[in-house]
Amino acid sequence: MVENRPYAKFLAYLVLTIGVIIVAFPVYLAVIASTNDSATISNGNMSLLPGDQAGVNYYRTLFQGTARTSGEAVGSMMVNSFIMAMGIAFGKILISILSAFAVVYFNFPFRKTAFWIIFITLMLPVEVRIYPTYKIVADLGMLDTYTGLILPLIASATGTLLFRQFFMTVPDELLEASKIDGAGAFRFFKDTLIPLSITTIAALFVIQFIYGWNQYLWPLLITTKSSMQTVVIGIKKMLTTQDVLTEWQIAMTTAVLAMLPPVLVVIFMQRLFVKGLVETEK
Amino acid sequence: MEKRAIFSSKTLPYLLLLPQLAITFIFFYWPASQAIWQSFLLEDAFGLSSEFVGFENYRTLFEQPEYYRAMVTTAVFSTAVAILSLSCALLLASQADKQLRFGQGYKTLLIWPYAVAPAIAGVLWIFMFHPTLGMVSRPIKTMGIDWNPMLNANHAMILLVFAATWKQISYNFLFFLAGLQAIPKSVIEAAAIDGAGPLRRFWTIVFPLLSPTTFFLIVVTVVYVFFETFGTIDAVTGGGPAGQTTTLVYKVYSDGRLGGDLGSSAAQSVILMLIVIGLTAIQFRYVERKVQY
Repeated sequence: MVENRPYAKFLAYLVLTIGVIIVAFPVYLAVIASTNDSATISNGNMSLLPGDQAGVNYYRTLFQGTARTSGEAVGSMMVNSFIMAMGIAFGKILISILSAFAVVYFNFPFRKTAFWIIFITLMLPVEVRIYPTYKIVADLGMLDTYTGLILPLIASATGTLLFRQFFMTVPDELLEASKIDGAGAFRFFKDTLIPLSITTIAALFVIQFIYGWNQYLWPLLITTKSSMQTVVIGIKKMLTTQDVLTEWQIAMTTAVLAMLPPVLVVIFMQRLFVKGLVETEK
Repeated sequence: MEKRAIFSSKTLPYLLLLPQLAITFIFFYWPASQAIWQSFLLEDAFGLSSEFVGFENYRTLFEQPEYYRAMVTTAVFSTAVAILSLSCALLLASQADKQLRFGQGYKTLLIWPYAVAPAIAGVLWIFMFHPTLGMVSRPIKTMGIDWNPMLNANHAMILLVFAATWKQISYNFLFFLAGLQAIPKSVIEAAAIDGAGPLRRFWTIVFPLLSPTTFFLIVVTVVYVFFETFGTIDAVTGGGPAGQTTTLVYKVYSDGRLGGDLGSSAAQSVILMLIVIGLTAIQFRYVERKVQY
């Protein structure tokens, strides 16, 4: 610090505290709503302190769902979200680490072409090819399946670029040493490269888990059965905006539950999260 | 940049690349080329046959006032979110950059909204600003404003901007903080010795040195508003009232799904692709270089 001005520090604490309050307030309200009953919320009489309905709301939400809609329980939606998020995270890491290994450690015709083919997918987010992709998944009979939810989202350039960048920093001497010791490509990959990449893999995993959990458009398109719904889609169906019968206490309980896994990941794996975020954007 | 030591194998590299390339071709290139091809076709009302019509779909598209409205909506939406989220994030980051007690704690408390899905963010904000039961709408109404984001397009847009900004602040904050911490302290000390106060130091030294970060974040935020806010819009307004909060991406979705007009939807997809390519090109040309090939 160049100079020590007490008011500057005070200002910093003030601004940051106000920032934290504004950031937390919407979520705080959702938590409060999840502990109140329907009538209190829809009368607009909800106070800023927790009510006494938390047990009822969370039990009903997790195991029964809303009364009016098909009644799908949020517990099973969360299982779907979890499978999808894990599938996307693992799938992406697997295929991108393999392709980065090929691009960095082998010399073959069309190497640059292969790299560019992968690289260009950065410019084709799912939103710009919605219906043709939907049609292909439908033709392959993958609507309403986990494969259909996961597979089209695991190919992307970010993972490959990240691993490629990391492999470039691995000293050549390591490979030379392994070769002298008689290790083949598979051996080197398994015993040297993977152990060195563990932090990068974990960082990418954190980012991809959040990405997968929060997917909206894709599951919205390809899931028609309510048993295949993810929780982020499920909550939208609980809000019938024109309808006074929206069960807000259940919807807000669902919102809290839907936020919980990715938010916990960010808070408890903050170091990996920040690393992943910064490096995937480099 | 290439490795000195490599493996020599004729088939192995292709096998390693196969999974990624297969998925890329099936789910990226094939549908993208289908979108381009479809944008030149016109289907009949029952979807039984289609004929090649050249640029007809594009011509009709640019004759629709709705399409221009979606463009304006997207532009307003992304500008508002970019300005609001970048300035809030910069304010917070410049304060968090000071030597504070609990600095790490503040950082944690500010970055977690990144993990909230855009659609969930929308749900949280509609709950606060709901015309009848919203906790924040009540004081607004007592001020004599007839607040109703479900009927009033301006109110709906304001709500969307808040929800989208709320989620994006954390990301921008993190990158601004990293940018601030990368500025050499000696430069700032030199300015302080020359008698520049904190504000002057900020505007003449810190802000200019941050400009690469700022520029990068503008592009990222615009991309975010274009694509990821789909969930927010669908949860909060569904593109309404009367299509007034329909962005370009939302229109691709609603024209194809609700309207069944696949030719027009495909033409819009192609235009979006061009926009993405443009944005990505800007990102790589002027910001950091990602690839050294």
